[in-house]
Amino acid sequence: MNEHTRSFRDLSAEAFDTRTLLRNAAEQAIDRRYEDFFIADVDSHHYETEAFREIAEFIEDPVLRNEARFQGTSRGGISSETGSYQELAGRITRYPERKNEKVPSKPHRDITLMERWMDQLGVDVAVMFPTPMLNLSNCPRHEVEVGLAQGYNRWLCETILDKEPRIKSMLYLPFHDPEACFRTIEEFGDRKGVVGFMVTATHYTRNYTNPYMKVYAALEERGLPLGFHAAFTWADQSLQLTNRFIAVHGLGFTWCNMLHMANWLVNGMPERFPKLKTIWIESGLAWVPFLMQRLDNEFMMRTSDAPLLKRKPSEYMREMYYTSQPMEMVDNRKALEVTFEMINAPSQLLYSSDYPHWDMDLPSTIYDLPFLDMQAKRNILGGNAQKLFNLAPVLSPVKQARLAARKAAQAAGVAAE
Amino acid sequence: MPEVLVCKHGEIADGDVRLIKVGREEIGVIRHRDTYYAYRNLCPHQGGPACEGLRMPQVVDRIGDRGIFLGQTFDEGDMHIVCPWHGYEFHLSDGCHVIDRRLRLKKYEVVQRGDEIFVAV
Repeated sequence: MNEHTRSFRDLSAEAFDTRTLLRNAAEQAIDRRYEDFFIADVDSHHYETEAFREIAEFIEDPVLRNEARFQGTSRGGISSETGSYQELAGRITRYPERKNEKVPSKPHRDITLMERWMDQLGVDVAVMFPTPMLNLSNCPRHEVEVGLAQGYNRWLCETILDKEPRIKSMLYLPFHDPEACFRTIEEFGDRKGVVGFMVTATHYTRNYTNPYMKVYAALEERGLPLGFHAAFTWADQSLQLTNRFIAVHGLGFTWCNMLHMANWLVNGMPERFPKLKTIWIESGLAWVPFLMQRLDNEFMMRTSDAPLLKRKPSEYMREMYYTSQPMEMVDNRKALEVTFEMINAPSQLLYSSDYPHWDMDLPSTIYDLPFLDMQAKRNILGGNAQKLFNLAPVLSPVKQARLAARKAAQAAGVAAE
Repeated sequence: MPEVLVCKHGEIADGDVRLIKVGREEIGVIRHRDTYYAYRNLCPHQGGPACEGLRMPQVVDRIGDRGIFLGQTFDEGDMHIVCPWHGYEFHLSDGCHVIDRRLRLKKYEVVQRGDEIFVAV
């Protein structure tokens, strides 16, 4: 029997829309009944470049503000240090198409775009970070990093976090300048939606030097976690030896966090600031067992090198927090399970999507793992973040509606019986 | 096997794709060099809409005598379907992932009868 299809879509005639791109994610959310529990995404991004004209107006220094208006901010061209092809030369279509996506005039474009993907994935609350500005760390003009970070943080608080309770952030610390970091915590630590502060791990700075101690103390006193958000830069001397993005990204995103973690541990920061919680963001997970084993092995022979440590490095690492993405998942189920055990995943792992970046992970990457029980899945997908950031476990309006519809259908079924 | 009429020949431009819905399944019908291919629009990786991405040829490292790198080129004879979510690439010809053939897009038979294109579902 032949049947003419009643509806079709011709892609060449279709405008880009996040909700269309992610409708399979929405199906996953419905199939897995994400409305039964809270999901927090601890690492997601927006493209602050699209709002940079607004952000420039929040820069306090009038000279820098004028320069920012004139220069703007964007990635460099193909030959520049930042001229990567993260979007796989156009293969990841949301990169070139995103700028064409239509949104209503209110609320702010960034809020609409965030809510669209969050609803499709089933995410209730997301911690949002910038994208190119992560590599402000590589700006040789440290006063520019300080001025831009302050302007961005002010813009973020006033324009996004004050307006939308589902979006949170760990604010950018201009880590080249410890005094400016301290001022940033003082200025923004109590602002709505600020759930911690974040260091881009491509900062070529020694995180153990004395000027930083007041920064860590201030965070510890406030009960705010410190995140090390991985990144890469092709300006790194060793990574300059790579010629393909897969190499600079695969190595860079783990190497920078390994470096900060090693310095953090051997200088005894977990003993100096025992209540300061640290989160290691966007390095995946495979590096953690490697570094645990490596440092433990050396530490047992060289305890005098790290005299502040009262336990093995891995024991401190098991008490830290890790975001899940990009989770290494290809043909390594046993290794992944061991990794989850080694990092005490049911209490220390935080789901993260990294959306809209090219290597984003859906909640199903956690939900579908066969070696986790349901409680562990719910902890990782939202419960751990809820405790760590003191989040109100409020389901999104979309999930609340889905839950209400299910309950109404169940009640109707019972009544019919 | 039931057949679903997709289009008349020519309605889908060469290089373009039409998505049709059959029950809950969405099928991407791709026209490439006057041949039609049909795959389920669902990537086996994380569930992305694989047929909605680009079609890109296999990238080739050109290697000369004694392992000398000569540059890169495209192999236009090996077109790929590229999932727009993460970039997983599948051979347009059979729907298998270019490295791990265990990963594959579900393939549907395409039937051309006169100037009409059908998919057997």
